[in-house]
Amino acid sequence: MSATITPYRSQVQAQAARAGFPQLLRAEWTKFRTVRGWMVGLVVAALALVGVGVLSALGSHRSCGGPNGSITCPSVPVGPEGGMVTDRFYFVHQSLAGDGSITARITGLSGKEPWSKAGVIVKNGTGQGSAYAAVLATAGHGVRMQYDFTHDTAGLSGAVSAGSPRWLRLTRSGDTVTGYDSSDGSNWTLIGTAHLAGLPSTVQIGMFATSPDAVQTTSSSFGSSSTTGGPTLATATFDQVGLQGGTSGAVWKGDEVGGAQGGPVVGSGGPGAAGSGATGGNGSPTSEGFQQDQATGAFSIRGSGDIAPSVGGPLGDGQAVERSLVGTFAGLVVVIVLGTLFITAEYRRGLIRTTLTASQGRGRVLAAKAVVAAAVSFVTGVVAAAVALPLCMHILKANGNALYPIGLLTEVRLVVGTGALLAVAAVLALAVGTILRRGAGAVTVVIAMIVLPYILATASVLPAGPSEWLLRLTPAAGFAIQQSLKAFSQVAGVYTPTNGFFPLSPWAGFAVMCGWAAVALAVAGYLLRRRDV
Amino acid sequence: MRLALHAEWTKLRTQPGTAALLIGAVVLTVGLSTGVAAASSTSSASDPAKLALTGIYLGQIAVASLSVLVMGGEYSTGMIRTTLGAIPRRWTVLAAKATLVAGAAAAAGVVAVLGSLLAGALILPGHGFTVAHGYPPLSPSDGAVLRAAVGSVLYLALIALLSLGVATAVRDSAAAVGVVLALLFLFPIVASVVSDPHWQRHLQQIAPMTAGLAVQATTGLRSLPIGPWAGLGVLAAWAAGWLLTGGLLLRLRDA
Repeated sequence: MSATITPYRSQVQAQAARAGFPQLLRAEWTKFRTVRGWMVGLVVAALALVGVGVLSALGSHRSCGGPNGSITCPSVPVGPEGGMVTDRFYFVHQSLAGDGSITARITGLSGKEPWSKAGVIVKNGTGQGSAYAAVLATAGHGVRMQYDFTHDTAGLSGAVSAGSPRWLRLTRSGDTVTGYDSSDGSNWTLIGTAHLAGLPSTVQIGMFATSPDAVQTTSSSFGSSSTTGGPTLATATFDQVGLQGGTSGAVWKGDEVGGAQGGPVVGSGGPGAAGSGATGGNGSPTSEGFQQDQATGAFSIRGSGDIAPSVGGPLGDGQAVERSLVGTFAGLVVVIVLGTLFITAEYRRGLIRTTLTASQGRGRVLAAKAVVAAAVSFVTGVVAAAVALPLCMHILKANGNALYPIGLLTEVRLVVGTGALLAVAAVLALAVGTILRRGAGAVTVVIAMIVLPYILATASVLPAGPSEWLLRLTPAAGFAIQQSLKAFSQVAGVYTPTNGFFPLSPWAGFAVMCGWAAVALAVAGYLLRRRDV
Repeated sequence: MRLALHAEWTKLRTQPGTAALLIGAVVLTVGLSTGVAAASSTSSASDPAKLALTGIYLGQIAVASLSVLVMGGEYSTGMIRTTLGAIPRRWTVLAAKATLVAGAAAAAGVVAVLGSLLAGALILPGHGFTVAHGYPPLSPSDGAVLRAAVGSVLYLALIALLSLGVATAVRDSAAAVGVVLALLFLFPIVASVVSDPHWQRHLQQIAPMTAGLAVQATTGLRSLPIGPWAGLGVLAAWAAGWLLTGGLLLRLRDA
């Protein structure tokens, strides 16, 4: 009925209704693709992303110093779960066939590092990277049960001394190894259970001691904080060692697991050796080895190294794969310029008046522009990252670098995340461009918001605290989505952004960046509706 | 040339944003310097002069924007045709603009650097940077501190010249700012990822920002990838190269 009253108006409305959001999207996409410079810009962004990554990969060689100049680096051991590991310790062991258990009292542990550790262990042979489960005392983190390098469960707290010793026990039953600790030897507490899949019938069981390299961070000139570490030694004393099950008797064998190849294997000792403490090692307290006191049966074991996942950083053996994506910063700058120009060019040419006249609702125009800008940036980023990641990983490996292996899911996250990073940056640039209506100002502001905090946080000009907050609060937090390394609490690594560790988890960091873009877009939409053009 | 200078001065003076950007450069520089000084500790930094002048990282962005707008703004409004119609000698126009932006940047730089050093001198002793701990007071009478201060002012002037050259070559403000900031920021990021120490050193030696800011160092000069004045020389070479490129393109192209 109303249609007959106002036929003319209804006609206009029908037309306007046809110009819906898809039409708006199509209009904006047409505007974008018909500016040749912008399409060239997308290609430049992709080439920059790949090219900068390739350049940095070409400049990354790994060489290891040997006595006769640099040598080929030894391969990094890989743990049962596929990750690179550190597996160096002094192992006093014997064979255990079938089920059994070991109990020992640890009465002292001298090691300066908080994660110097010693305890009882069940391990699949003496090769590096083989499966294991251990109950151990640490210098600064109490008793722990650890297995297969990445798993770590806390037991009794407090330091070990002759006055407050710790009883440690491991029981092996098939694939299952169970750890217990006790402060008096009679009341036992279960710490945890490890299922070591495929553990053979015969394993090595015994005691070990080890102490990780010292970590010392010193700030230096712009761009890097160098870290020097040196090997450290831990000495542990055990007594009341008890074995159950099919062991090879009372003969203990000492091995430096992961020790220098070809070097003298520090001696095997046993209770049969004459005198007290005459066997094992060369007697020097600064080298690895073990001694057994004939009278008391007590062991003294000296070890150096670590049984832990390998983490990145100057002490790490490998490199994070996201180094391949360092070109993201170059692509980001191009995308920010494009995102800004997508709106400021309309202001400069006056096209914005046509655009806003032709469509209903200014908010929808902005939304359409945001969708187009995000989509083209996302596709550019994903395509470029999908090329750059495998290509640069190949070059890095060819240059002798060991890369931390990542799963397929992580690889997908790095590639898609790079695209998403560019997309959100483009939307942020579009929003700031709408707010400021000036290209140069908007580009400056957005780059200063995204790239500058990252530089300030990683260039060691700021202390650690403010640096971390910069990467939590500013849009630069979004770079967290490219991190592939996992920090482990049981390794005192150098967990800084330069080494690939961000204060926020990948998606949390990305959410912070999205938050900035959303707020900027909301302000832009509000101003676009309020202001004349 | 005098007339060209006068014309450019009038444009710079009356262009909206000039004052805001210059004041912004000073405020950003002093603000960041003060913040960093307040958060500093002797364990994380060892060079009080460099620490007190950290704000240049932020201030240079405002200077670069101003400088880009001096040329890019003319292209976006079409003013460049009037300018070149009035003064057909294009090198003269560019020289006049270069003189003015460098002068404006240096003027803002003097205020910003003095403010930053003053803030540093007031705050840093409270954070352990005292004579008793082996840190000389931040005073311009100290040769190294004077070099850092004068060098920082010159650094800002050179950034202004570099930006002007880029804007003249690119002819679009937004794209020019993108190029300038990419030149400044990408080198240190790539250098931090490259693991080969030789490549890292070379990248830091040719990077306009890293090399240029070497002039701020007052301690540990031996460990710097490049000497203070040589580093500023690298930045000067970048600025000269871009000004030359921009000038040639301005001379050869239609406006």
